[in-house]
Amino acid sequence: MVKNHMQRQFDMKRSLLDQGYLDEQFIQLEELEDDDNPNFVEEMVTTFYNNSARLLQNIEQALVSRPIDFTKLDNYMHRFKGSSSSIGATRVKKECTIFTEYCKKANAEGCIRTFLQVKQEHACLRRKLETYFQLGRQAAGPSANAGGQVG
Amino acid sequence: MGMSTESQFHVLAVDDSIIDRKLIERLLKTSSYQVTTVDSGTKALEFLGLHEDDQSNPETPSVSPNNHQEVEVNLIITDYCMPGMTGYDLLRKIKESSSLRDIPVVIMSSENVPSRISRCLEEGAEEFFLKPVRLSDVNRLRPHMMKTKLKDPKQENEENKEESGKPESRSQEEKEEQQQHHHQQQLHHLPQQQHSNSNKRKALEEGLSPDRTRPRYSGLTTVV
Repeated sequence: MVKNHMQRQFDMKRSLLDQGYLDEQFIQLEELEDDDNPNFVEEMVTTFYNNSARLLQNIEQALVSRPIDFTKLDNYMHRFKGSSSSIGATRVKKECTIFTEYCKKANAEGCIRTFLQVKQEHACLRRKLETYFQLGRQAAGPSANAGGQVG
Repeated sequence: MGMSTESQFHVLAVDDSIIDRKLIERLLKTSSYQVTTVDSGTKALEFLGLHEDDQSNPETPSVSPNNHQEVEVNLIITDYCMPGMTGYDLLRKIKESSSLRDIPVVIMSSENVPSRISRCLEEGAEEFFLKPVRLSDVNRLRPHMMKTKLKDPKQENEENKEESGKPESRSQEEKEEQQQHHHQQQLHHLPQQQHSNSNKRKALEEGLSPDRTRPRYSGLTTVV
């Protein structure tokens, strides 16, 4: 049973990498885990989702205000993109890049449209990572730390 | 914040992003460094004991080493893009301070802007890391810290012309014993130190000729 979960978790990671949801940075984070810090990746991801919720809200608000302050938008997105990059969230990061391009051109419609994609990728990844960490807990067995939910 | 192991290097990490602070902390701790993280340049300067309006004036009591906890910083790693004081501003302030300028500074940035990189390096940054920072980047930090704080007895022996070539702590003990026994006066002539590695510092001042001019507290970064 335990082996099955471990294998499933491993396979899921492989698939997330192959499909471009995650990149090498995620692997780097996993390599920083040790006996003293066994949940580092999950902690990072949790912190990311907690922190990014606020940033996304800020972006949302900036997008509905008139006139749109593109400098502010760029600033928020820069931070959000940085965080996404730090946990290896490739697809999210890609959408952020597209958003930034529209932002620099002061293209409101492009920003609004892309922002929907950003949120979508952000939420999608969250679901997948929740599953991924759940598999990890199951793989570790009943004595494993229950951990927290993502975000 | 105890000085449990004298041989541990202490890094001050500055980043306004909580994610990146978590990451850099883990990277540094994995490399066995002692870490302090702050979220702004202003807080970094506060921690270093440098006040905005006071460029390490020896007359001012507030920067006296005795008033502040003795925490030594061997390297500062800072994000470039921060609200308020940027990493570049922080770098400049550090290099302008006579008490802090010898602390190696490393800049991190998520953006690969060549002009930004060269500007930072010209201002005295040792390295410029592109984010996300990795273990391979952090592995490059040790030589910079070694340069200004000789903790490795072997390295110390190579550069220490005075000592007899024994490990630093032993030779210092022996020397002190000798001095106590034969030349009691000499102890008082040793430069006023708060750290036990006074002889190392002396050797550093005398023996080495690094790029920059060494101020009186060369080598050891006394946090005031």
